[in-house]
Amino acid sequence: MKDTVKNLKTVTKPIMKKDAMSLVTGKPVYMDDVVPDNCLIVKVLRSQHANAMVEEVNKKAASMVPGVVGIYTWEDVPQERFTMAGQTYPEPSPYDRLILDKHVRYVGDPVAIVAGENEKAVDKALKLLKVKYEVLEPLLDFRKAKDNEILVHPEDNWKSLCPVGADNKRNLCASEKTSHGDVEKVLSECDVVLERTYHTKANQQAMMETFRTYCYMDTYGRLNILSSTQIVFHVRRIVSNALGIPKSKIRVSKPRIGGGFGAKQTVVAEVFPAFVTWVTGRPSKMIFTREESQIASTPRHEMEMTVRIGANKDGKIRAIDLYTLSNTGAYGEHGPTTVGLSGHKSIPLYNVEAFRFDYDVVYTNVMSAGAYRGYGATQGIFALETAVNELAAKLNIDPMKIREMNMVHEGDIMYAYYGEKSNSCALDRCLARVKEMIDWDNKYPCRDMGNGKVRSVGVAMAMQGSSISNLDVGSATLKVNDDGFYTLIIGAADMGTGCDTILAQIAAEVLECDVDNIAVLGADTDASPYDSGSYASSTTYLTGKATYDAAMKLREKIIELGAEMMGEDKEKCEFDGSKVFYPESGKDVSMVDIGTKSMLNNNITMELTESCSSPVSPPPFMAAAVEVEVDKETGTVDVLDYAAVVDCGTPINENLARVQTEGGIGQGIGMALFEEVQYTEEGRMMNNSFMQYKLPARVDYGKIRVEFESSYEPTGPYGAKSIGEIVIDTPCPAITDAVYNATGLFIREMPITPEKIVMGLIENEN
Amino acid sequence: MLTIKEYVKAATIDEAYDLNQKKTNCICGGMIWLKMQRKNVQTIIDLSGLGLDKIEEREDEFEIGAMVTLRDIEENKALNDYTNGAVKESVRHIVGVQFRNVATVGGSIFGRFGFSDVLTMFIALDSYVKLYKGGIVSLEEFAKMPKDRDILMSIIVKKQPLKCVYMSQRNTKTDFPVIACGLSLVGDTYKIVLGARPAKAAAITYKKDESMDIKEFAEKMGEAAAESFDFNTNMRASAEYRKHLAKVIVKRACLKMEGVY
Amino acid sequence: MIITVNINGKNVTEDIEADLILLDFLRKHGCYSVKRGCETSNCGLCTVLMDEKPVLSCSMLAAKADGKNIMTLEGLQKEAEEFGTFVANQGAEQCGFCNPGFIMNVIAMFREYENPTDEEIKEYLAGNLCRCSGYEGQMRAIKKFMAERKGAK
Repeated sequence: MKDTVKNLKTVTKPIMKKDAMSLVTGKPVYMDDVVPDNCLIVKVLRSQHANAMVEEVNKKAASMVPGVVGIYTWEDVPQERFTMAGQTYPEPSPYDRLILDKHVRYVGDPVAIVAGENEKAVDKALKLLKVKYEVLEPLLDFRKAKDNEILVHPEDNWKSLCPVGADNKRNLCASEKTSHGDVEKVLSECDVVLERTYHTKANQQAMMETFRTYCYMDTYGRLNILSSTQIVFHVRRIVSNALGIPKSKIRVSKPRIGGGFGAKQTVVAEVFPAFVTWVTGRPSKMIFTREESQIASTPRHEMEMTVRIGANKDGKIRAIDLYTLSNTGAYGEHGPTTVGLSGHKSIPLYNVEAFRFDYDVVYTNVMSAGAYRGYGATQGIFALETAVNELAAKLNIDPMKIREMNMVHEGDIMYAYYGEKSNSCALDRCLARVKEMIDWDNKYPCRDMGNGKVRSVGVAMAMQGSSISNLDVGSATLKVNDDGFYTLIIGAADMGTGCDTILAQIAAEVLECDVDNIAVLGADTDASPYDSGSYASSTTYLTGKATYDAAMKLREKIIELGAEMMGEDKEKCEFDGSKVFYPESGKDVSMVDIGTKSMLNNNITMELTESCSSPVSPPPFMAAAVEVEVDKETGTVDVLDYAAVVDCGTPINENLARVQTEGGIGQGIGMALFEEVQYTEEGRMMNNSFMQYKLPARVDYGKIRVEFESSYEPTGPYGAKSIGEIVIDTPCPAITDAVYNATGLFIREMPITPEKIVMGLIENEN
Repeated sequence: MLTIKEYVKAATIDEAYDLNQKKTNCICGGMIWLKMQRKNVQTIIDLSGLGLDKIEEREDEFEIGAMVTLRDIEENKALNDYTNGAVKESVRHIVGVQFRNVATVGGSIFGRFGFSDVLTMFIALDSYVKLYKGGIVSLEEFAKMPKDRDILMSIIVKKQPLKCVYMSQRNTKTDFPVIACGLSLVGDTYKIVLGARPAKAAAITYKKDESMDIKEFAEKMGEAAAESFDFNTNMRASAEYRKHLAKVIVKRACLKMEGVY
Repeated sequence: MIITVNINGKNVTEDIEADLILLDFLRKHGCYSVKRGCETSNCGLCTVLMDEKPVLSCSMLAAKADGKNIMTLEGLQKEAEEFGTFVANQGAEQCGFCNPGFIMNVIAMFREYENPTDEEIKEYLAGNLCRCSGYEGQMRAIKKFMAERKGAK
């Protein structure tokens, strides 16, 4: 199999992204660059209270503002609940939303929609709206949410479509218990059992382009939605549910997207302009301000994880018991699913005799959480990897060594990963390589640099999945055109990830042509074949597989038509990318002529679609080692060098795999060191701008070095697995480990602020 | 959301002053802070036509116009030679070059913001503000005055033989400081200025003790400074942590001044 | 009020409202490369050159640009393509939304510094946020661009 990878012409090559030159020269390709000037401006008035009933909205003064076209409140919208989570139907996320609700559940929850001819008119109207609230006591502490007498969703028309253990009368969005083996028995036999509790906060995806959607009615009286989204097909269903209109009346497409990272796997902006356009018949757009994107969106789930880990004195890990409490906030988007990854994508990193993984997901009166790169795995891996590092410290074993002793290998059955067998795993090679890259043996644990500064190293491993097994659908349509060029039509969404190019590379490899010979179109619910969308690390693996399958079948069609043109037996003809030929006679017919023929007196369909789902979700693996400098007097942590080695199977495009990794690590460093969603005691989100929610700038860390150690995944296209999400998972535990090695402190709550280090050191002294 | 009815580029400082007497009118510097406010302004008064964008060096002083940008003082050689680079150090962490090309010294000083690096820096020097009506007032004094409708025309820095150092501690490299420290030494008297406590910058003086070992002295001065200021908590740091940082940063600034940090 | 602004070499005269922001004025005149990423002067997406200096067009009144020369990426297509090719060769443009502001500031940087050090590069561009790339690919692009420029001289 490795030989096939070696002889590839297009796959594995660092090919420039198809849209790259348009992007670097600033061409108008994003939503707000392409919409007409005449659309209505749509904005919403947001609740100032974390829990309240809207008694009355006085629209009188607001509706007199010249240019205001419509003001809508909860009485004006359909009363059937739905979820905004972009998931396959029936969604595990509960149906707990209305477009506008009389009951507002967090500071920022929409109270009214205002549409007007221009922004000034809408802003003025928003100011003039007078709302009378019945203010209720909010539930803000997620540790007290389960069975609290304050109910976030007391309503009777709340419903859960899937058996996820949800119960709105207990503030439960989901609850489950899973195990393998007898955890208590094995733990009781262990020499050492550590119990530790870890806490990760909500984080904002903070993609540079905020949420935005444009809507208009087309010639056929259908609602057209052009949105910055990762999930066009789910948007169609969700808008249909929200507006109570048939799906056949809706078309959704996407332009270039200015980043997503999971944020745009939830419907955040779409329903509001969709509602306005549907009721007024006029084009409209809604563009979230950065403040709205910060306070009323879909951040990472805050989680508290308690790990019990048992081992023998020699370092052999025998059992892991994990309980996760996840905070879904006011609504349940992605609540029941993200939590699962905190255990199912952390525990299988180690071969243990027994494990248990229980969780509760609770409602509170803060902004709803959602999908963010890593999707629960990031939180769980921080907890488990730190627990392993704490165990190593307790047993006085090098944290590299404890991993070498216990990690998962190719061929192992991963019981905590739904019993899947690890068919492709180079984690051992990844770990060995990062150990070399960071010069671990010389640098572990630390060196005193004087002036209170200490340099140290830390390590962590990670895994993720590649698509959701037995659920996600990836599809690709390929067709032959004049001159023999191809069109690849997909429903997956390139949000800067480069999937348009990556999928074209796969098709080009099969069809033995140049990538430029494949035009890519996506994603459009009317034109694209059905695809779940770009999330769950699914596009390269699953849509890639569909593209591969489609291209293989199209080859057969090309040979069939070529053979017919030559009057030869198709079984004896071959195709080399530029011509179909008959080796025995030396006859051939060019791809250009085949393209022409496909459009002239032709009965062979030269366009086809392939779809696929996967029975498995092969995990990519990764190891990372970091060198930091900790200033023990101020608590400042400087990341000097971050070495990461990834096993994503075959990297289809090494450049794009590399930048994904560097970018994910950058985000992870932000999460580890300073990104944090904070609330006031009244439940108001404080980090409402990039001034108060600091993203890593390029001066915030030193170098990131990335290498690949590839395994070959037999079920993936050309041996590929995923890479999009796993890359954010290592910084929290690796940096936590390095900080311990410098200071003797395990910081168990992210982010590791300078203050936590200083205060921890002072406490240790006393 | 900021709304503005009228924009006037003042032709004379007199005109600017007259316009500014109306409460609904407002002077704009770089606009960065103003733009973030939810405010309805009748007339915005632009001072950029008044020649207040120059840094002048005279024999005994610098005069820095109110419309001089943070980038200008960062790049000004004379000012940085005089302060041994402390002025550059005080502004180079502020967001980015484009931000500093827009934000003005006058805006930063007049706002008397708690987080202001610029205010902290200039109080450490022998600085004065030149007000159109109020005349020349020491910057330390000005920092304590309530905001009025006078116009800040320039900052005057009196030259004297001095040593100075600027240091700050930030949660991220381009964030607001959680503590900012300007330290100057004239003769045997240190002026210790601490800003971002999170209250606005204020100063104390401290006598140099030549008899002590410098490290020991720096430690002692840090402790004295930490005891002399009040510290509070905001979303970036607690009072307790700030107090600890004050000790460290004053100590380090003192050592840095002597070239031993 | 009536202002005249030279946008990418062409004078534009228009009667505007006093609170029109320069960014919106520029987009209205076809400069769609200018993006809004935050409203608090932190992200650098809206960077344009005003009389040769990089400034944040989201934080400036259009009125203040009266009589000034403004350059956006639309007016610097040749430079954008030259340098942008190096970014694209790393795949570091990714979602692309921050690219115009970033490239504007890179152009400004190279007008100020012929051969900036790594530290100078990082500091000059500190106000240009990118959420996709982790900045490493952008750095590689800058270094390769500099190396090629040096070779050409």
